[in-house]
Amino acid sequence: MRILKNPNIQFVKSRYWFYGISIALLLISLCGIIFKGLNWSIDFTSGIAATVNLKALDPKVPAVPIENLRTVLTKNGFPEAEITYIGNPANSTFQIKIKSVGKGTDLSTETRTKLLEIIQQNFPEYVQGRDLNKEVIEEIYEVGPKVGSELRSQAFWAVMLALIAMIIYIWFRFEFTFGLMGILALFHDVFLIVGFFALTGKEITMQIIAALLTIVGYSINDTIVIFDRIREDMKKNRKDPIQVVFNRSINDTLSRTVITGGTTFLTSACLFLWGGSVIHDFALAICLGILFGTYSSIFVASNLVIDLNLITHKERKTMQHLTKKKL
Amino acid sequence: MKKFSWRGLFIIIFFCVTAFFLAPMVIPNLPSWWSKHHLKLGLDLRGGMQILLEVDTSELSAADARNAVEQNIKIIRERIDQFGVAEPSIQKLGENRIMVQLPGVSDYKAAENLIKQTAMLEFKLVAPQDEAKRVIETIDRNISSNLDKFPILAEMAKKDKSIMADTTSTDSLKTGEGIFSSLIRPGEMDFEVQYSDVRLIQDLLADTLFAQMVPMGYQLALDKADTENPRADRNLYVLSSAAQLTGGDLAKAKVEYGSATSTDPRIANKPYISIEMKREGARKFERVTADNVGKRLAIVLDGVVYSAPNIQERIAGGRAQITGRFTATEANELAIVLNTGNLIAPIKPVSTSIIGATLGADSIRKGTMAGLIGLIIVVLFMIIYYKLCGFIADIALVLNVGFILAMLTAFGATLTLPGIAGIILTIGMAVDANVLIFERIREELDLGKTPRSAVEAGFKRALVTVWDSNLTTVIAGIILYYLGTGPIRGFAVTLVIGIMGSMFTAIVVVRSILDNIVLTGKRTKLSV
Repeated sequence: MRILKNPNIQFVKSRYWFYGISIALLLISLCGIIFKGLNWSIDFTSGIAATVNLKALDPKVPAVPIENLRTVLTKNGFPEAEITYIGNPANSTFQIKIKSVGKGTDLSTETRTKLLEIIQQNFPEYVQGRDLNKEVIEEIYEVGPKVGSELRSQAFWAVMLALIAMIIYIWFRFEFTFGLMGILALFHDVFLIVGFFALTGKEITMQIIAALLTIVGYSINDTIVIFDRIREDMKKNRKDPIQVVFNRSINDTLSRTVITGGTTFLTSACLFLWGGSVIHDFALAICLGILFGTYSSIFVASNLVIDLNLITHKERKTMQHLTKKKL
Repeated sequence: MKKFSWRGLFIIIFFCVTAFFLAPMVIPNLPSWWSKHHLKLGLDLRGGMQILLEVDTSELSAADARNAVEQNIKIIRERIDQFGVAEPSIQKLGENRIMVQLPGVSDYKAAENLIKQTAMLEFKLVAPQDEAKRVIETIDRNISSNLDKFPILAEMAKKDKSIMADTTSTDSLKTGEGIFSSLIRPGEMDFEVQYSDVRLIQDLLADTLFAQMVPMGYQLALDKADTENPRADRNLYVLSSAAQLTGGDLAKAKVEYGSATSTDPRIANKPYISIEMKREGARKFERVTADNVGKRLAIVLDGVVYSAPNIQERIAGGRAQITGRFTATEANELAIVLNTGNLIAPIKPVSTSIIGATLGADSIRKGTMAGLIGLIIVVLFMIIYYKLCGFIADIALVLNVGFILAMLTAFGATLTLPGIAGIILTIGMAVDANVLIFERIREELDLGKTPRSAVEAGFKRALVTVWDSNLTTVIAGIILYYLGTGPIRGFAVTLVIGIMGSMFTAIVVVRSILDNIVLTGKRTKLSV
């Protein structure tokens, strides 16, 4: 069985169309990041995040409306608390977030205790007969201001260093323009996911950073498979113009790109659909990343290498350099 | 008999190692040296508490600071052991951080208190009333001339002035005059602080600027809050800052219960802690009590006065009691803390996370299910798309998942939720190496090569690509591991192990099966 038998799609010729699409998507992302901003999680902003389950044991007690919880918390000294449903509203599971950005003081253990007291006192019928620590409170995170900002810079450097290390590796194994454009394509992928999260207002958690790094790893993998083929085809057909060779290489590797992208996408989609609320956004980021990553590997990365070389008129030199490398 | 091959040897080793570490998961009743290798679940999967503590070494020399963190870890471990937590994990993170993980703990508050209590036990003399009054007056004066350094107090002073302006015709009241003493009122023996002002006073006491306002040789301290009546007024003591005795003079502490008929209301029918001093400490105690009959000696723990009994006579023998309206749990905790000794340097929790056991169980169930569905989809796809070769790749895939679990066990890593996600993701990515190889073999077959030479050429060509593409991902994984924390690290480890496993299974195992089983004799067709 074969999905794509000897395809010959003009990826290189129609490349400006795809540049247009990419630029449009990047602009949308940029607008999202500038105008809506990023919703950094407690991991990075510091503060308290609690997941509470207020589903009463008694089935006759109706579910708590989110407004009630909001009113109660506002009245009791937490007007800045952000409250959201986790999963289906019928499950009465809420996330309560109190960020402490900008405030010099620590949100202390007392804040946590107070939060629990408020819930206990104001929703007696929902917590009755249930262990507050084990059943009502599903999760509480509390991050001090110092750790928050540290984690943010740590995450930033992790991504940057990974990218730099990969440029160097590709430079060493292929050629500098390949390294540079491969990484540019990665920025494209990461930027689009971040933009998506900004536009939808989803939280950037530590897990999302991990997802971004996974995408970085995955997408470069995809891109390199194509680069690799280009390197090999270049040696076989030294006389052909680079546009022809590049287009053939992208087509030759197309079925592999689609199949691997497909299996990885499917497993992440399973994670997204059935993996539970905790990794929902993580799986979403991976799914998006595979889509963007596959797209950029096929349509953007190698085309950018062509254009950079055409602009600088160094295509001969670049290709000589590339084909000289030992495998 | 076939000749020896390195490939065969590696496959055998691969199988043995995987089987060895997976066995404890499946077979019960293995000998302990074997079954002790089991996959640990992370806190996010089994519930519990995690605290990241920062050790404040600012007042120690570099050598002492290094030592202090180690010492603190030892003390915390001892405390947790006495508290009784199964499989706690206490690690040093970076220069001066300690990560404590307590799986399965549900009394979060008690655990946290137990860990972070410095238990700086000190005995200090209480300043006599007239002296105390003078100290407060001095503080008032100092603050009023430095009012700009205390914005909250300045704000209060401004408000006071606007209230007073209505009643007093002359502007005699200088802004900020008597602002500190307005927060406290003289009680029977010491000063009293209303509940609504306790927070402010606590903040002031913790402020180093405020400490400069207090005359040399003295310090202020609140007494312990009454657990049963937390909104009651608190006492503020003026102490002479020299410690007469410290925790180092302590031999042991234990919880006792006062008899119901005891005449002392502080201990009647209530838990208290009796302490016994070391020989030297006992001597010091004797001298202090002899020199200060009639004065009061405050027992101060972590800057909070627990009790301040009057010294009626010289006390020999080195025994004392710490009373302070304890609950039984509090008393127990405190005794543990006193016995395990002072933390060398103060510690402060910088982040805490508590995960309910229900959420963890739910995550495992859902994660496993999502993984299984994903695995089945990929396995079916491979068989449909690559037929026999797809089936061989599926064997490699299952082996790879086993290998990841085995390696996580071997490295003593903990399986976290992102870790499970990493495994599931690797399932998708693991077939990549095989897809690359099979696509290459198909191309070679299309060129009219025989199955054997197509396999040969396909592997040879694809190998370079597999190597290049996977190595870059490994680079990302390694950086993630070094720069990441906690769950992220778990994810990086699974990712890297998964890639190694997939490369090995795809290149070595699949190749062997193809060479030795499928391509025997003179086959003219290969099912790919």
